[in-house]
Amino acid sequence: MELTYGKELNKALFNHDSGFCPGCMHPLINKILGEVLTENGYLENTVMVMPIGCGCNTIRYMDVDMVRGLHGRAGAVATGFKRVRPDKVVITYQGDGDAAAIGGLETFYAANRGEAFTAIMVNNQIFGMTGGQMSPCTLVGQQTTTGERLAQHMGYPVHCAEMIAQLPAVGFCGRFSVHTPKHVLQTKAAIKKAIELQMNEGKYSFIEILSACPVNWHIKPEDGPKVIEERVLPEFPLGVLRDCTKEA
Amino acid sequence: MSKKETLSEGKRQILSGNTALAEAAVRAGCKFYAGYPITPQTAITEYLSERMAETGGVFVQAESEVAAINMVLGASAAGARAMTATSCQGLSLMAEGMSSLAAGRIPGVIVDVQRGGAGTGAILPSQCDYSFVTRSLGHGGLHAYVFGPSTVQEIVDVTGRAFDIADEYRTPVLILTDGVLGLMMEAVTLPEFKEDIPDREWKIEGREGLRPKMMTGDNVKPPIAQENRLRDIFVPMYEEWEQDPLYEEVETEDAELIIAAWGSVARVAKTALKELREEGYRVGMIRPISLYPFPTQAFRSLDPAKVKNIVVAEHALPPQLMFDVDHAVQGRIPLTSCTHSSGVLLSPDEIADACRKLL
Amino acid sequence: MEQSIMIAGFGGQGVQTLGKLLAYVANESGLQVTFYPSYGAEMRGGTSNCTVVISDSEIAAPYRSSVDCVAVLNAPSYTAFGGAVKDGGTLIVNSNLIEGAQERAGRRLVNLPLNDLAAEAGSPLTLNVILLGFLAQYVDGLSPEAAERVVRQRLGKRADLLEMNLKAFARGAELAQELTA
Repeated sequence: MELTYGKELNKALFNHDSGFCPGCMHPLINKILGEVLTENGYLENTVMVMPIGCGCNTIRYMDVDMVRGLHGRAGAVATGFKRVRPDKVVITYQGDGDAAAIGGLETFYAANRGEAFTAIMVNNQIFGMTGGQMSPCTLVGQQTTTGERLAQHMGYPVHCAEMIAQLPAVGFCGRFSVHTPKHVLQTKAAIKKAIELQMNEGKYSFIEILSACPVNWHIKPEDGPKVIEERVLPEFPLGVLRDCTKEA
Repeated sequence: MSKKETLSEGKRQILSGNTALAEAAVRAGCKFYAGYPITPQTAITEYLSERMAETGGVFVQAESEVAAINMVLGASAAGARAMTATSCQGLSLMAEGMSSLAAGRIPGVIVDVQRGGAGTGAILPSQCDYSFVTRSLGHGGLHAYVFGPSTVQEIVDVTGRAFDIADEYRTPVLILTDGVLGLMMEAVTLPEFKEDIPDREWKIEGREGLRPKMMTGDNVKPPIAQENRLRDIFVPMYEEWEQDPLYEEVETEDAELIIAAWGSVARVAKTALKELREEGYRVGMIRPISLYPFPTQAFRSLDPAKVKNIVVAEHALPPQLMFDVDHAVQGRIPLTSCTHSSGVLLSPDEIADACRKLL
Repeated sequence: MEQSIMIAGFGGQGVQTLGKLLAYVANESGLQVTFYPSYGAEMRGGTSNCTVVISDSEIAAPYRSSVDCVAVLNAPSYTAFGGAVKDGGTLIVNSNLIEGAQERAGRRLVNLPLNDLAAEAGSPLTLNVILLGFLAQYVDGLSPEAAERVVRQRLGKRADLLEMNLKAFARGAELAQELTA
């Protein structure tokens, strides 16, 4: 299908089809991120640090300068980059397997140091690219190709936004979703705020965004939003968890 | 007192290998350093924690060696000369990141102040990472240019070259020292601060003027494109390096026995060599300074009619340097291994005795 | 002419500092020098040793299995390194902490009551400075003047401490002069 979305409205996207699976929410997240960069005039100054996992398909979709990181290492790569070029908009873009499992330490310590970049973590509760294995955010009882998540063996879904929100050096942190138009607008506003805080006040932000993975959830593509509403939101409530602009 | 005030310009001064290396990096234009404490490397990290700020650079104490090498990757992609330093165990943790630097053609200088042994090992000196860094750089089979200096002055000299080679070839460069060289002090003359460091036209900084997108380490390419990249860029680069390895020959002209040794062990061997020469034995030494590229030809061109034995002295058990020498001489000259490991050090007497038995 | 000196004692006796100071002195005296510290996992306590090699030409090995001069500052160091003196070399023992050091043919034994001397100089911390004064005078090629400059440079942060250190240094040098006279 030809992409009809106007290039002039979103200079951060290539004008071709997305390589993501039907019902995946990465393209939508790519799109609103691109809109923010275009609307705020950041595009010429932005560098994204890319993950390993489904999120790295963004490389083919977003027309933004990028540094390719290893699996989980975006927090460290972005630290090195931003410290050398504080004038650049630096955004990490990772999934929950990348940012919370193998890269948990890098994510946590970049946040704890309050590195002046914006971390986006797309939480689809599964390892997508490798075919549906259990991830840190897999729900209790959820079936994966590495078994059902049983709390007695694997504990409970990791609440990244809540953990990171505890860290005093963090500027802005919260969990958002893109499963309805209202939520899309809220997420876009959060990304915009995070990038502005990065550039104007040198603050770190963590934006966790819920996504569906219909292929590995074994649901129909169009059922993603419904499943998020019914099963995911009870485990992962939405909202801003830390906002330095609202603190005394 | 700031580090600046304690260092005097252009004068021979007594510095430890670790301090000299750190200061040489600063003078070579290193603007980013990330490190994690580990004996016997820690002095480099401590020194630079203060010195980077004094010289307009950035210091980050990383949460792990894994993070440190990836910080170097990010800083280097942003255009800065960047370095990290560690000791053996930490280098294992950096393997994946070093491979990523090589594959992404991102320069970086990695220092390994070697300590002993596998696993937790020992904190005392060794040369047990030789094979690890010369065979290939983590997964994937790519290489770093690897230096194995032998004196504190040589540490200073190769550190400057390391940053230049890293930029010229867009490659990681390793400097292997050890607990002896890192902690021992001797007189060095430091170079001037390097001024004209070329800007990296490939650095990543955003699509200014909405020029076409740039990125590092793009591997979402068809297999044949990836293979061609290896064939067209990496293989010729390594072949070019192999044309010009760095090494020192000591009294090899009339030698009946050659000692092969590198790094701190080569110093010990040199004392043994001096004693043996005084006793009238015709002994020489070949000392690799670049461990990769290895001075294969220097060994291969030895005449078996003249050189009856080669003693390979190293702090590694099982031996490691031994295999490069073996590959070079192709069985034409008998090799004898003279080693200690795990922090037990070869003395000049031991190396001399090993030679005497063969003479 | 190459000379190797090993210093050994327990942590806190200033063994490593003395080794470094000797290296600075050798450098100031226009000689080549290497200083090699042993190191271990303990931050404090335990035994500590270092080797300083001084020469008028290039120095290769920074440590040896036997050396020209060994200074042992406590009993365990005497046990460990007392035998590491080459023929014709010198063994310096801290006679306050090491009893009954044996005379041996081909080795000069020097007993110095370093703890007492340090106490006389005003502080136990001057023990290594006394030994520095001794060695700067005793070891061929080292310049006592250069050594005094090093003491002023490196131990001169506080005027009162510098005065004490200079006194300790002079006392050590005096003992060496008496011995070689």
